[in-house]
Amino acid sequence: MSEQNCLVTNDWICAEYLRSRSQELTEATVQHVWITVVSVLIGLAVALPLALLARRSKRFAGPVLGLTTVLYTVPSLAMFSLLLPLFGLSSALVITGLVLYSLTILVRNILAGLEAVPQETREAARGMGYGPGRMLWEVELPLALPALLAGVRIATVSTIALTTVGSIVGRGGLGNLIEDALPTFFKAQVLAASVLCVLLAVVADLLLLGLQRLLTPWTRAGGAEPEPRTARIRRPTAAVGAG
Amino acid sequence: MGVLAEAWTWLVTGSNWSGDGGAWVRLTEHLYVSGVALLIACLLALPLAFLLGHLGKGGALAVNISNVGRAVPVFAVLALFMVSPLRSAGYVPTIVALVLFAVPPLLTNAYVGMREVDRSVVEAARGMGMSGMQLFARVELPLAHPLVMTGVRSAAVQVVATASIAAMVGQGGLGRIITAGFNTYDTAQVVAGALLVALLALVVEGVLVLLGRVFSPLRKAA
Repeated sequence: MSEQNCLVTNDWICAEYLRSRSQELTEATVQHVWITVVSVLIGLAVALPLALLARRSKRFAGPVLGLTTVLYTVPSLAMFSLLLPLFGLSSALVITGLVLYSLTILVRNILAGLEAVPQETREAARGMGYGPGRMLWEVELPLALPALLAGVRIATVSTIALTTVGSIVGRGGLGNLIEDALPTFFKAQVLAASVLCVLLAVVADLLLLGLQRLLTPWTRAGGAEPEPRTARIRRPTAAVGAG
Repeated sequence: MGVLAEAWTWLVTGSNWSGDGGAWVRLTEHLYVSGVALLIACLLALPLAFLLGHLGKGGALAVNISNVGRAVPVFAVLALFMVSPLRSAGYVPTIVALVLFAVPPLLTNAYVGMREVDRSVVEAARGMGMSGMQLFARVELPLAHPLVMTGVRSAAVQVVATASIAAMVGQGGLGRIITAGFNTYDTAQVVAGALLVALLALVVEGVLVLLGRVFSPLRKAA
């Protein structure tokens, strides 16, 4: 009886809502995850060459870092709106906006990771006959991996939060449910979608932490050394935030 | 690029700026809620960060609060306020949300800034007989200044961004120009509003960079 009524009385927590709208919730969550994963993957694919370019010469470093910082300053609602004439009401619009945001964090972290590779290591690899390409893939990128993955974690968590703003064009995953619930002040839906968003972020962060441990076992064996490094890399990105 | 020309036309049309829902009113609302929220957030976060940093305690809190701030969607928090009784309290829900999202960058940066002050400098100051208060005011605060200002800048940009999202839940601010444009399928107005919001964020960032340089305590010493 009370379970039936919680939809009528507009309770914050409503089991009947979760039961009857489970399909809607699942679909929104799937869209949310899909948009986030695609955005972060494209972000990585774009950030890597940009970071390599920025490392290659100071001439590129300034504009690349400057541009990504300016992009990060643009509020998310404005970013999505500015992309409207280019993409219309589509997932591509939201994904493009999210990719542009993730670039700031990813480029900085990849660059910091690459710059932290000890010079002696590079020289040793060169002495062993490694060319530039093989050096990058087999020596530098693996050593930059902890910083890179730290960046991916930050980018993923903030992308999950920002995806909700995509509901302005109807492609915001769980944000759509929040937007739909607003006109009727449907508390259970707003709360459920919000909690799911935060849960998604926590789960994604833990999964990526697990991946980081799996891919870089040496960072644990060393003990204290890698920690301050990631902490130092995280700080500047932890400071900025686009709503 | 016809849309950009139309957006420009929107921006230079006087009637879009005047009146109750005009751009001037929206800009004033935006600056008002942003300014009040940033001030409250600074008053809450900075003294706490300075105290924790000075004592060297609560580091986990100061650093983790940014991670929490990043994981919580702004839109969700605003929406939760709007379906709660807070919705009938005028600008209060927006300002509370803005404060919540401005505190993490302020707290984290100010705390890290205080902790990154060279320990040997702190020891030397203590050796010279400085009291805790003198140490804070003459050594730690000046050396932490750049990071404190970074925190203020990030918080300000965050606040301006969050204030625009407030429009999505029916609150005031420049974001309303964008949401109104979406509701009437007026792409030119959407783009015009977005340009205003983006420009405001960039101007706020630029002004704070300049202020940070002008008031840098290290500049006088050099």
